[in-house]
Amino acid sequence: MAILVDENTKVIVQGITGFQGSFQTKRMLDYGTKVVGGVSPGKVGSEVHGVPVFNTVEEAVEATGANTSIIYVPARFAYDAILEAFDAELDLVVCVTEGIPLYDEMKVHKRLKEVKSMLLGPNCPGVISPGKSKVGLLPDRCFKPGNLGIVSRSGTLTYQIAENLTKAGIGQSTVVGIGGDPMPGLTFVDVLKMFEDDDETKAVVLVGEIGGSAEEEAAKFIKKMSKPVVAFIAGRTAPPGKRMGHAGAIIEGSTGTAESKIEALRDAGVVVAEKLFDIVNEIRRVMEK
Amino acid sequence: MRLHEYQAKQIFSKHGIKTPRGEIAETPEEVRKIAEKLGGKVVVKAQVLVGGRGKAGGIKKVDKAEEAEKVTSQLLGSLIKGHRVDRVLVEEILDIQKEYYLGYVVDKSKRMSTVIFSKVGGMDIEELASKHPGEIHKIHFDPLWGLQDYQIRKGLFKAGFSGDEFKEMFRLIRTLSDIAYKYEAELTEINPLVVTNNGFVAADARLNIDDNAIFRHPELETLRDATEVDELEREARLKGINYVRIGGDIGIIANGAGLAMTTMDLIQVMGGKPANFLDTGGGLADPIKMKACLEHVLKDGNVKVVFINIFAEITRCEKVAEGIILALDEMKRKVPLVFKLVGTNEEIGRNMLNKYAKEKGTPIYFVETIEEGAKKAVELADGV
Repeated sequence: MAILVDENTKVIVQGITGFQGSFQTKRMLDYGTKVVGGVSPGKVGSEVHGVPVFNTVEEAVEATGANTSIIYVPARFAYDAILEAFDAELDLVVCVTEGIPLYDEMKVHKRLKEVKSMLLGPNCPGVISPGKSKVGLLPDRCFKPGNLGIVSRSGTLTYQIAENLTKAGIGQSTVVGIGGDPMPGLTFVDVLKMFEDDDETKAVVLVGEIGGSAEEEAAKFIKKMSKPVVAFIAGRTAPPGKRMGHAGAIIEGSTGTAESKIEALRDAGVVVAEKLFDIVNEIRRVMEK
Repeated sequence: MRLHEYQAKQIFSKHGIKTPRGEIAETPEEVRKIAEKLGGKVVVKAQVLVGGRGKAGGIKKVDKAEEAEKVTSQLLGSLIKGHRVDRVLVEEILDIQKEYYLGYVVDKSKRMSTVIFSKVGGMDIEELASKHPGEIHKIHFDPLWGLQDYQIRKGLFKAGFSGDEFKEMFRLIRTLSDIAYKYEAELTEINPLVVTNNGFVAADARLNIDDNAIFRHPELETLRDATEVDELEREARLKGINYVRIGGDIGIIANGAGLAMTTMDLIQVMGGKPANFLDTGGGLADPIKMKACLEHVLKDGNVKVVFINIFAEITRCEKVAEGIILALDEMKRKVPLVFKLVGTNEEIGRNMLNKYAKEKGTPIYFVETIEEGAKKAVELADGV
């Protein structure tokens, strides 16, 4: 089954004629993702890696029957691109763009409540259901089909953790990067709910980091979950008041510390790994049960 | 971007929020002159971007202009919680009748703008929340509709405001949220909001602007110079490198924020102390970027060893190696490097670096995992 994306996912790329958009389109096609169209205003009629380009999302959806969009447009235009995707009633909108202003994101969330689309990101690496579909820029070699769900706030750290698991023989149902911004579309709780309901997923790895309270909220939900969760929290040595690369990775006052997150998760019965390899060992242990 | 108290007060004052009479100064002599103008009795406030300044000795009340000059000469150049004092704000001493709290934040879990106020003030909002949770009032409002009058009225009546105080508070809440929206503030705060015989005065001021929105407010860019204390962090920003100084002796370079934090954490698990956080960001295909990162980390004189942790994906390893070699070639200081370089063309990258290491005598150690790298880096730092 997997969650969010599978063999039936039909993707359009917003910003397909840009450097990143075109490059990642090629990589998604190579993986077997059904990239059916692209959007770049004024470039209708052209093609990128054999994929037809349209002027608007609406046109692209009408012509191709796409149900998912991935956004590769610069930060100052991303707000508009997200709203355009919502308007076309896509099931899933994945926004890779980093650096979108907070007030734009706040308005996006207001609109998100009124539309049928789900938003993954912004500032995220996307989602992969290994062997089925990849909507994003996650590196193929780190993943293989299996029964573990992964949900994470970071990019390369997730690849590293997934690669360790894959090398140890543990494949994944779906790997979801919710992104490093303080107000993500899909949250840990949203994705955990989907994993809980997914037949293919037997256990979940949650990769969190300092900043905000998403892990604490996840911990509350995990208490009600039947499937085991193993967590890793990055930023135990981060100083307060400093933004650690991601817009959302900042300890403000006493909010957002690694200690608070680790405590909440442990309280919910989650094993919180100290080293990356502990994740592999713990997952092996809980999945063998 | 966090603004200094004096910068925030200038903006508040421009929008009609009353602030104490006062001026900013950079020398004890200037302070004496300002204090004389204000009648001698003044408060001298260190302009550092750190909470709890008062308790840390950054705020001094004096009776005479000479005393103001004296305390300033002690304050300037000193460290308040690790932040160097470059400027002080000299202000009249207010006749305080009561202290209130007024703030605004973008509530990230509710994804809404939120005004927060309280009839208890003079302590930070977290202390307030733990000591007087019942005294904190909040107004959440929609970013598209904006703050409505009825919402302010409802909040103020609930909190027990009436008469002139109601009117002043109403106007202040409206003004503060207007300022927040105008400048795209993540947070802005008046704490304490002092009630005097002449009305409400903003005794302290905070204004933090969303970094991602600065492009829409180019006028604020000029304020930034004064807000960055750490020279290395400032330089890094200008070069487009995500760098935070931590203070230990093991330099870190990683591609990705989560990966860089994890590298720091594992170094501590292994008994060492990270010198910095550095996220190269994407686009490592350009060797010049990698070179700039290594040079930057080594500008911190405490760094004894550098752990480079690159999860190469789109990035090709030979480009990373090329950048490192470029940096090492120009570097006078030789420190050992611990390298986790995995990904596209890793063999080519490693061979280039090995060859260089043999020729030039720069020790480079390759590791397979982050744990192994952290351990090696700690051993090297302890041994040097």
